[in-house]
Amino acid sequence: MSSSHSQSVEVHEEGVKARVGLWLFLLSEILLFGGMFLLYSMYRYKNPGDFHAGSMELSRFDGTLNTLVLLTSSLTVVVALHSLHVKRNKRRAAIFLGATIALGLTFLVVKSFEWTAKFEHGLYPGAKFLESQPHGFILFFGLYFVMTGLHALHVIIGMAILSFVLNFVLRDKVTADRINIMENGALYWHLVDIIWIFLFPLFYLIS
Amino acid sequence: MDEHGGGVAHPHNHYPWYTNEGKRAGLRGFLTSTNHKRIGTLYLVPILTFFSVAVILGVLMRIQMLSPDSKFLTGTRYNQIFTLHGVIMIFLVVIPAIPTIFGNFFLPILIGGKDMAFPRLNLFTWYLYILGAFILLVSLLTGKGPADTGWTFYVPYSLRTTVNVPWAVFGVFILGMSSILTGLNIVTTVHMERAPGMKFSRLPLSIWGIYATAWVQVLATPVIGITMVLILVERFFGIGVFDPTKGGDPLLYQHLFWIYSHPAVYIMILPAMGIISDIIPVFSRKNIFGYKTIAFSSLAIASVGSLVWGHHMYVSGQSNTAGVIFSLLTFLVAVPSAIKVFNWVATLYKGSIKMDAPFLYALGFIALFSIGGLTGLILGALSTDVHTHDTYFVVGHFHYVIFGGMGFGLFAALHYWFPKMFGKMYNEKTAVVAFIVLFVGFNVFYMTILILGWAGMPRRYYSYLPQFTDLQRIATWGSWIMVGGLALMFGNLLHGLFRGRKAEDNPWGGATLEWQISSPPAEHSFAETPVVTHGPYIFPDRTSDGNGNGDGAKEKHEQQPQSKR
Repeated sequence: MSSSHSQSVEVHEEGVKARVGLWLFLLSEILLFGGMFLLYSMYRYKNPGDFHAGSMELSRFDGTLNTLVLLTSSLTVVVALHSLHVKRNKRRAAIFLGATIALGLTFLVVKSFEWTAKFEHGLYPGAKFLESQPHGFILFFGLYFVMTGLHALHVIIGMAILSFVLNFVLRDKVTADRINIMENGALYWHLVDIIWIFLFPLFYLIS
Repeated sequence: MDEHGGGVAHPHNHYPWYTNEGKRAGLRGFLTSTNHKRIGTLYLVPILTFFSVAVILGVLMRIQMLSPDSKFLTGTRYNQIFTLHGVIMIFLVVIPAIPTIFGNFFLPILIGGKDMAFPRLNLFTWYLYILGAFILLVSLLTGKGPADTGWTFYVPYSLRTTVNVPWAVFGVFILGMSSILTGLNIVTTVHMERAPGMKFSRLPLSIWGIYATAWVQVLATPVIGITMVLILVERFFGIGVFDPTKGGDPLLYQHLFWIYSHPAVYIMILPAMGIISDIIPVFSRKNIFGYKTIAFSSLAIASVGSLVWGHHMYVSGQSNTAGVIFSLLTFLVAVPSAIKVFNWVATLYKGSIKMDAPFLYALGFIALFSIGGLTGLILGALSTDVHTHDTYFVVGHFHYVIFGGMGFGLFAALHYWFPKMFGKMYNEKTAVVAFIVLFVGFNVFYMTILILGWAGMPRRYYSYLPQFTDLQRIATWGSWIMVGGLALMFGNLLHGLFRGRKAEDNPWGGATLEWQISSPPAEHSFAETPVVTHGPYIFPDRTSDGNGNGDGAKEKHEQQPQSKR
C-alpha cells in the first residue's frame, strides 16, 4: 500500500533527522570536554614534573581495567544493535544491552574504589596534604577529579539512556524497523568510551 | 498533532496559528504546544520584557552619572546594576532573540517546511530558557544579592566575592544548554526540512545568517558551559585551576571565556545581518547585489570570528606574539563584514526605494553598524587599544555594534514581520517618528560615550572627574530621548496588535515564501508543500533584477519583455 510505503519513508526520514541532531550534540559534547583538555595541556606544559609525580599516584591497574571494561561495553552495545537490526533477535539484543549497562556499572564501581583510595591518602581538592604539595601537583589532582568526575557523570547518563532503550526493546517500541533511538543511544555510549580513551593515557600513562 | 489525509478541505487549517479552539485554548494551549509559531511567540514576550527591564537598569546607571558626586547609587549597587544589565541583555535578550523568536516563527516558513526538525525538543528548549531566567532571578533575590563582577565573571574576583555568583553562573550554564539546543534544531531544520526546489542557493539570506549562527551556537557555547561549571567547582571545592594561590592561571579563564564570548558577538549580529539582507531588496524592489558573497561572508564571519577572541586581552599580559596574531585576524574578520555593507549599499543603487518603517530601521542598522565596525578597528589595533581599553570607548563601540546593529535589526524584523505574524498593521507614521526619535537619542547618547572614552573616562566607575560633567549629562539626556523613542515604538506596536487595521497577506511586496501565505498564517502554514522555482528576491512587478545575478533570475527575464523603468 502506498500509505504504508510513505509511512516507512517518514520513519526513515525521522531516523536521519535524529542522527543529524545527535551528531551535532556529540560535537558540542566534545567541545565541552575540549575546554578542559585545553586547561590540561596548558598546565601540563607548565608543570611537566609535577604532572608526572601526580600520575605516579594513580593506579595503573585500575585505569587499565576500566579501559578494558569500557572498550568491551562498546563492543556489547554494537552486538546488541546488530542482533536487533540484522538478526532481528530481540532476546539477544536485550541481553547484550543489559551487559553494556552492567559493564558501565562495573566501571563506576572501580572508579569509586579509586576515588576512595585517593581520599584516604589526602589527595583531594581542599585536603591539607594536597595543599602542601607543589602547584602542578595540586592542579593535576584538581583536573583529575573534575575531568574523571564529569566523565563518570556521562557514564551515568549513558546508562540511563541505555536503560530506556532496553525498556523500549522489551516493550517492542524499538524494533528492527524502528531502531534509531537505539542507534543514537549506542552512538552516545561510544562518545563516553572515546572520551575515556583520551583521559586514560593523559592521566595514567604520563612519563 | 492533527493527522489528516489530503484532498478534503480542513476547516481547522484556516484558523490562525494563535486560534483559541479546543485543546489549543488559552495559555495552556501555548505552554504545551510544539508548533513553531507558538514557540516563537513564547520567546517574544519574555525577551521583550527582559529587554525593558535591562533598559530600565541602564537608565538607573545614567541617572547616577548626572553628577560626579551623585549619591543616587552606592558603588556596590552600581556594580550590581551594570552586571545585571549586562547579564540580562547578553544572555537573556541579545543572544537568543532573533534565532529563537524569528528563527522559530519564520525559519520553517521561509524554507517551505512544516515545522522545526525537532518540535518537542524545541518546546523543551524554551523551558530551559525560562529555567535559566528563573535561576538568574533567584540570584537576585537570595543571599547577598546579585553578582557584582560584570557579565564576564572574571576570576579571581568572582571566586572571592560574597554576593550571589554561583546562582548567576549556574543560570548562564542552563541558558547555554538552551542555546546549544536551539542551534542544533536550526542546523538540522535547514538541512532536513527544505521544500522541494529550495536549494541552498535559493535560501533567503536571513536563513543563511541564522544558519551560520546556529553552527556557532553548537560549537562555541559548550566552552562557556564548562567554564561556568569550573567557576562553580572552583568556588565549592577549590580545585585550583583558576586560583593563583594554587598555581591556577586567571588568564586561562579569560581565554576560555572569550573563546565563547567573542563568537557570541557573532551569534548576536549575524542573524540581524541576515534579516537586513532580506529587507533591503524588498524595499528597493531589486534583487540583492552579490547573493553568494553575502551568504558566504556569513560563514566566513562565523569561522574567522571564532579565532579572534584574544583581542579582548591585549593588556591582560598575554604574549605580544599572540596579540599580533589576534590583531591580524581581527582585521581579517572586518573584510566579510565590510563586504556585506558594500553589497547592501550596492543593492540600494538604482533601486526604486520605498521608505517604510522596516526599511528605515534597516538603514539605521547600516549606519550604526558601520560606526560600530570602524571603532572596532581602532580597538582591534594593538597600539590604540592600549589607550582605549576599559574606557567608555569600548562601551560606545559595543553598543553601536550590538544595539545599533542587532537591536535595530531586531526592530527592523519586528516591523517587517509584524503584519505577517499577527495579521495586524501598526501605525506607519508613528513608527517613522519613533525611529527618528530613537535614532537621534541613540547617537546623542552613544556618540558622547565614544567621545568620553576617547577623553579617558574609564568604564564601570560610579563616579568621575569633574571635567567630564558636561559630556556625562549630554549622554544621560541622550539616553532619555532614546528611551522615549523605544517607548513610542513599543507602544505603537502594542496599539497595532490590539487596535490596528487588518494587514494584507503581502503588504511589502516581498517575494519570499512567508508572503505567499495568509496573514496571520494558519496553524499549518502551507495547505500544500510549496515548490520553489527561483531565488528569494525575484519580484514579479520588476522586470529586471538590476544586477543580472541571483538564482532563477535569468529564466524569468527571458519570458518577460524587458521594459525601461
